[in-house]
Amino acid sequence: MTQTLTLTWTTVCLLDRLEPDRGVAALVDGVQIALFRTADELFAIDNRDPVSGAYVLSRGIVGSRGGVPTVASPLHKQVYDLRSGHCLDLPGVAVARHDARCRNGLVEVRLRQEG
Amino acid sequence: MSGGELVVIGNGMVGQRFVDALHARDPQGDWRVTVLAEEGRPAYDRVRLSAYFDGVSESELNLHTPHDGVRLRLGEPATAVDRDRQVVTTAVGEYRYDALVLATGSYAFVPPVAGTELPGVFVYRTLDDLAAIRAYARGRRVGAVIGGGLLGLEAANALRLLGLSTDVVEFAPRLMPVQVDQAGGAMLRRYVDELGVRTHLGVATTAIRPGPDGGVAALELSDGTALDTELVVVAAGIRPRDQLARDAGLPLGPRGGVLVDSTCRTADERIWAVGECAAVDGTCHGLVAPGYATAEVVADRLVGGAATFPGADTATKLKLLGVDVASFGDAHGTTEGCLDVTFTDPATRVYAKLVLSDDAHTLLGGVLVGDASAYPTLRASVGGPLPAAPLALLAPDGGGADAGALPAAAQVCSCNAVTRGDVDAAIADGCADVPALKACTRAGTSCGSCVPMLKQLLDAAGVAQSGALCEHFDVSRRELFEIVRVRGIRTFSRLVAEHGRGRGCDICKPVVASILASLGGGHVLDGEQASLQDTNDHFLANLQRDGSYSVVPRIPGGEITPEKLIVIGEVARDFQLYTKITGGQRIDLFGARVEQLPQIWRRLVDAGFESGHAYGKALRTVKSCVGETWCRYGVQDSVGLAVALELRYRGLRAPHKLKSAVSGCARECAEARSKDFGIIATETGWNLYVGGNGGFRPRHADLFATDLSTDALIRLIDRFLIYYIRTADRLQRTAGWIEAMDGGLDHLRSVIVDDSLGLCEDLDAAMARHVSSYSDEWRDVLDDPDRLRRYTSFVNAPDVPDPSITFTRERGQPVPARDQSPTGTEPTNGHRRQPVTLGLPEVRR
Repeated sequence: MTQTLTLTWTTVCLLDRLEPDRGVAALVDGVQIALFRTADELFAIDNRDPVSGAYVLSRGIVGSRGGVPTVASPLHKQVYDLRSGHCLDLPGVAVARHDARCRNGLVEVRLRQEG
Repeated sequence: MSGGELVVIGNGMVGQRFVDALHARDPQGDWRVTVLAEEGRPAYDRVRLSAYFDGVSESELNLHTPHDGVRLRLGEPATAVDRDRQVVTTAVGEYRYDALVLATGSYAFVPPVAGTELPGVFVYRTLDDLAAIRAYARGRRVGAVIGGGLLGLEAANALRLLGLSTDVVEFAPRLMPVQVDQAGGAMLRRYVDELGVRTHLGVATTAIRPGPDGGVAALELSDGTALDTELVVVAAGIRPRDQLARDAGLPLGPRGGVLVDSTCRTADERIWAVGECAAVDGTCHGLVAPGYATAEVVADRLVGGAATFPGADTATKLKLLGVDVASFGDAHGTTEGCLDVTFTDPATRVYAKLVLSDDAHTLLGGVLVGDASAYPTLRASVGGPLPAAPLALLAPDGGGADAGALPAAAQVCSCNAVTRGDVDAAIADGCADVPALKACTRAGTSCGSCVPMLKQLLDAAGVAQSGALCEHFDVSRRELFEIVRVRGIRTFSRLVAEHGRGRGCDICKPVVASILASLGGGHVLDGEQASLQDTNDHFLANLQRDGSYSVVPRIPGGEITPEKLIVIGEVARDFQLYTKITGGQRIDLFGARVEQLPQIWRRLVDAGFESGHAYGKALRTVKSCVGETWCRYGVQDSVGLAVALELRYRGLRAPHKLKSAVSGCARECAEARSKDFGIIATETGWNLYVGGNGGFRPRHADLFATDLSTDALIRLIDRFLIYYIRTADRLQRTAGWIEAMDGGLDHLRSVIVDDSLGLCEDLDAAMARHVSSYSDEWRDVLDDPDRLRRYTSFVNAPDVPDPSITFTRERGQPVPARDQSPTGTEPTNGHRRQPVTLGLPEVRR
């Protein structure tokens, strides 16, 4: 394990590099992050799909369910709330969420430790 | 009586139904059953006998299900019944019985005129009869049918299909005199005339004359004329086969048939009779539905039940020479004081008549010619109040006929005696769609004419499947397709803003992406379209369980040069890809990371490969056998056709994946009948099959058209595919699409062969656009830096490969390391990896 938890912001890429309603993978302090850009927000969650164990959530389809911004796992289509990381299809399943923001046209991510 | 030795004489449709019905009620096998069959083959579907001439095989007509404890003696007809000793005799031996069921059926009535024994004179009753007709018709040009009833018109159509110019001779003044009235017969005749079948009504055949070779040469008619003909089919009616019963001293009906009471028992308490040989309370019934009813009655009685014959439903609906004809209830208006309501439209060539009670409130019967869509509801309403105003019911398409208005006792499926009450009960028990209702009640499993009514009953019960695609669109894929096509919408954001709500999801976005692609929306990764794609389409590769991708280059028809084969091998070796031959005659390369995909494809494209679209809901492969070029059995160049078809339809996006195959002869080595569209070579052209698939619910494709030229074949496939793409539901394969279609294969044929909806020109143009606008998706990606940009492992560390993708080796090749040590964070809620079922999507909602 090379995991290091930090509370600092890491610059990841230019905002223009993110396609609207699509995700990319990023490596932040050795952690695989899935980073999404919707019409008006940025979201960061773990890239690891907790159901399959594969690092693929960044490649899921972004959408909404009942007004909640979501991403669907590209492997077996479980849908996650991008704001909370909770799986909307499987109770009790969730992915870690992280902070993401845009400063001066640059996307920044800050890892979060959650209980 | 509840067990012992049971002998069944006859293995026709009703005999088989009896055995099935008894087996269902007597699963312990208290009755040991012996079935004595005259024919050398087990029970087959005689109602669909004519389909044999459309190329439907013997095995498809088979109705026989083997049961434990049932002995079937084929080709061993009973010769005598000894009631004193309770023994049935055959040429082979004797069979003792505790109960005996006569299911001997009927024979074709041949009028007593000279010449019926001549070579070239046939009856139309068994598969052997049909095979003999086919053999004799070869090389002949003119045929005649004696009898213009239901069977006679079937036979006339058969002769047409065999390429004979055909005459029909009917003694009555109209065609189908039993089922339709004079005006209906006149309308039917207009259709028949148009097909080139010549009808001679109100005349009898007085003799059949031989020619110099001894074979049949002419029919002499009662009006003094003669018809030249080389082949004659006698279809002048049927008579019950009651000789065994007659010889055994059992009483017969007034017009023949084994006399039975309403329990279907003869005067001998150990002997029963079912089907066409039984004269129930004195009357024989020549239709399968009443026959099935007698089979159920006897099966019930033999296990101690108290069933009685419910009375015959003589309602008939059929398609004769492509014309819908239906007749039900008191079709001829024989009830005293009854009223007729008739509707004749010479333009659309539709005739309909309803027979009503003298107060015009109760439906007694009717006749429909040209459009029988109202039949299921009307037939089920006989004896009850009209479900709608008469004119609304008679309007073409039966606009006003709705099964929702039927009473519970109304029979929905007459073939299997299923009432609306039975269907409603099944729906209440959880049957939520037509296939479930079919499985649970047997309704719709025989002639299928009540299937539209089953849908209406689901609707009426409020469980009809919502057509809504997902929470973002209230319409179905088909309606969405029309909206996009007609309004010219080219972006998801405009579509969801104008016709939906929210931001979309993993259901509607790929659907819209597929629709846009089908309508020629440019490269699938251009602009906003890219964000709609499922991960496979987004990376133009197939996501595997470990997050890596597989690569499948197109190998049209499965034909590949040694040079190209070597390139695939070199690429696989250099990128350390696991290599496997697929079922579609191509090669799948596994274990590629996203950033490797462009490098792999650069090599493949340079060597002349194109995308195989294994990642898309699109045409996959057109498999082929080696064909006449090499194979000593082949009759056509199957590889050449497969290559041409694969190149024509490559890149075509559809509601689901599409597979095809071409076999060079009837041995069918390419397994074409398991494909969405399959082609099998004949001596003179190609047979086209549609709607097959392997997979979760395997289904053989149905024969759609025969002996096509290559041009005609391609035109039909073009239309079939575009019509499917435009009208199928999301993830509905061609099989389900055809099954769900009102009118099924016949409807499909009317749309893409007869152009009944006037769509063909448009369908042809759409395919022409696809063919001319095709370009290889992977080549287009390699040429475009913007599209290439997404093939990176990490946006901020493009040089670092995804560390979670690791391999071990198995049988000399790399495979995913199952026990990976992840380098990312463990899930913080303590959730661990758990087994998942691969290959099956989560079922939601």
